[in-house]
Amino acid sequence: MSHGHGRDSESCREMFARLSEYMDGELDPEICSSIDDHMEDCPPCRAFLESLRRTVSLSRELPKLEIPEEMVRELVDAYKKMQSGRP
Amino acid sequence: MDTAEADARLLDAIRRDDPTAFETFVRRYGGRILGFGMHVCGEQEAAKDVAQETLLQAFQSLKDVQEPKALRSWLYRVVSNACLMRRRKKKYEPKRELSLEELMPSGPAEAGIEIPDARALPDDEAVREEVREAVHAGIRELPIDYGVVLLLRDIEQLSTRETAEALGLNASTVKMRLHRGRLMLRRVLAERLGRTAADAGGAS
Repeated sequence: MSHGHGRDSESCREMFARLSEYMDGELDPEICSSIDDHMEDCPPCRAFLESLRRTVSLSRELPKLEIPEEMVRELVDAYKKMQSGRP
Repeated sequence: MDTAEADARLLDAIRRDDPTAFETFVRRYGGRILGFGMHVCGEQEAAKDVAQETLLQAFQSLKDVQEPKALRSWLYRVVSNACLMRRRKKKYEPKRELSLEELMPSGPAEAGIEIPDARALPDDEAVREEVREAVHAGIRELPIDYGVVLLLRDIEQLSTRETAEALGLNASTVKMRLHRGRLMLRRVLAERLGRTAADAGGAS
C-alpha cells in the first residue's frame, strides 16, 4: 500500500499478531507503547483494532442464560434420589 | 457479593452438608454450564444432558476443591471434557493451528469494515436479536479448539490462567487460540453485520 502499511508491511504484521494481548493488557509496557505509536500512524490498523474490540464487546455483552426453573426442579429431585439411595 | 466471596460461601455450605447447597450451586452455575454446552454441543438436548450430568457429578467432588478461586476453572474442566466427548466432529476442524496470514484482512477496505457497537445498538429488539444471533452463530462456527477458549475468556470471563487450568493448556496456547478465535469471529460478524465506510456514507 502506498503509505507503507497493510498486509505487506512487517510492522503491521507484527502488530496484528499481538492485538488480543494488547487489548487484554497482557503485554510489556514497551511493546504496548510501540503498538500505541503504530496505531497513531496507521489508520487501517486502528480501524481493525476497533472492529476487534467491538467483536469482543459483543461476546461479553451477550445476555447470560438462566437455567429453566423446570430443570432446577428436575436436578434437585435427581440429587435427592441419589442421596436417599446412599447406604 | 463478588464471585470469589460467593464461591467461598458455596464451598463452605457444601462442606457443612447444608441441604440447600445443591440448589444454590445449580442456580449459580446451571445457566452458565447450559450456555457453554449449547455453544459447544450445538444442540439444545445434548447441552441439557451434559449440563445435568455435569452438575450432578461435579457437585459430588466439590468438597475436594480447596481454594474458592479454583472452583470455576475446575468446573469448566469437567464440563469441557463432557462436551468435547459428545460433540460430533464437524466437517471443518483444522488439524493444525491456522496461520495469522490466513486471518489478516486483505487490505484497508476489509480492515475498515465496521462492526456494531454493543453499547450503541438501536432500541429495536429485532435488530438486537439479529446481532445476538449472529454472535451465537459465529461462535458455534469456530473450530472447537478456538471456540472453547473464546467461550471461557470472553463469555465466561475467566482469566488466561484460569482458562489454561480448565483446559489443561499453557498460557501461550490459550492466548494464541483466543486471538485466532476472535479474528475468525470478527470476520464472520463483518460478513453478517458489517458496514463499509461507503455504506455509512450512503446512509447519512
